[in-house]
Amino acid sequence: MSAQGLKKGRLAGIVGNHEAEILANWVGEQTAVKGRRGASLNESELRAQCEAFLRAFRESLNGAASTDVESNEWRAVRGMLDELSRARAAKGFSSSEMAFFVMSLKRPLFGLLREIGGDAQSLADTTWEATEILDRMALFTTEVYQKAREEIIARQQEEMLELSTPVVTLWKGILALPMIGTLDSARTQTMMESLLQTILDTGSSIAIIDITGVPTVDTLTAQHLLKTVTAARLMGAECILSGIRPQIAQTIVHLGLDLGGMITKASLADAFAVALERTGRTIVRVRTGPGRESTATAIGMDPPA
Amino acid sequence: MTSKTDTLEVHSSTDIVLIRQAVRKWTAELGFSLVDQTKMITAASELARNALEYGGGGEVRFEQLEKSGRRGLRLTFEDHGPGIPDIEQALTDGFTTGQGMGLGLSGSRRLVNEFEIASTVGEGTRVTITRWK
Ligand SMILES: Nc1ncnc2c1ncn2[C@@H]1O[C@H](COP(=O)(O)OP(=O)(O)O)[C@@H](O)[C@H]1O
Ligand SMILES: [Mg+2]
Repeated sequence: MSAQGLKKGRLAGIVGNHEAEILANWVGEQTAVKGRRGASLNESELRAQCEAFLRAFRESLNGAASTDVESNEWRAVRGMLDELSRARAAKGFSSSEMAFFVMSLKRPLFGLLREIGGDAQSLADTTWEATEILDRMALFTTEVYQKAREEIIARQQEEMLELSTPVVTLWKGILALPMIGTLDSARTQTMMESLLQTILDTGSSIAIIDITGVPTVDTLTAQHLLKTVTAARLMGAECILSGIRPQIAQTIVHLGLDLGGMITKASLADAFAVALERTGRTIVRVRTGPGRESTATAIGMDPPA
Repeated sequence: MTSKTDTLEVHSSTDIVLIRQAVRKWTAELGFSLVDQTKMITAASELARNALEYGGGGEVRFEQLEKSGRRGLRLTFEDHGPGIPDIEQALTDGFTTGQGMGLGLSGSRRLVNEFEIASTVGEGTRVTITRWK
């Protein structure tokens, strides 16, 4: 659509003279549909946003020569919509809810125009101007919202990638990598590289890879696992795979994957026990008094050679 | 009888994650056991990755089925890639023309109740899998 020239000041005058009334009706429009959605604002927050927006809207209308909200004259309004859309995107509002913020201004505004009346031609002109401006602003809002959502998702993905390398030292020489969530290729790769690096840095001899939190293991995931085990072995470290849940075990068998070369244990605790044993340690229960056992256990000293 | 359908695109590894999530949702809705859900999800993951990696991307069609009181899920993976010249060979455990383990096709066939593959060199590949509750 091509932008249209504004009839000198009529719309601006009307909005300026009836700001309070428009504001009340507009807020009313928006609170009327509240309750059917998850994310929401409290009413005073909403009112403050609407008020600030109406002010900017009026000021831009005063100075603007056309309905082209992309032009410089509408910069203040755009800035405000930009900020609002981003804030709402972060709060989890949907794009249609964001468009509704702008579109719901139509009813109060058109109602007012009709009330004021005047000759048919100028009523039609002003209504048309208002429609154009609001539609364009709604479009702009949805675009900003979309961009903001994409940015949020990209950032979260990056954070996940970093979060997904939690190699922890369980005991001197014993590492654990608790894998959680969906393992796409990039994430698995990052995790495995970080495990190998930590093996190198700490000179560990055993690494436990725990997949309790992994919903599916396909051939690509398995391949990453097997490659890591082989690489670790070349570096002098043994890997133990723990936390294979029943549904995953069955699926692995049907897929035809051979994890025979790997030590596997049902739980991380079992794997840790094996790791301690292999590094020459045992877990013993400590007695605290005659006949009384404390619930505490301690990891024994390395046995005499 | 088909009671519900949907189609998802396969153009990135993120799409594969989304497909796995969708299969989990559909199979859970159908009341599949955890084991059966996992089998179908894993097969879907393999076939979607093949469509992406070898077929240059494609799509997967979801169909909820009902036949003489039994309910099931059918997934059809379709791409317009180079096709598979020798299907029997491709279905052999361990056969790969890429860097994979060569267990995607043969393994997913073992994970489902019905498995069909149609491929024409130069035109593309279509794999259909079905699992009944
Ligand atoms: N959609 C497809 N288009 C073309 N070739 C395919 C397709 N799917 C599988 N193939 C061929 O079949 C082979 C075996 O596939 P698969 O069993 O999944 O093992 P992998 O993916 O590990 O190679 C692939 O290496 C490839 O040559
Ligand atoms: Mg494959």
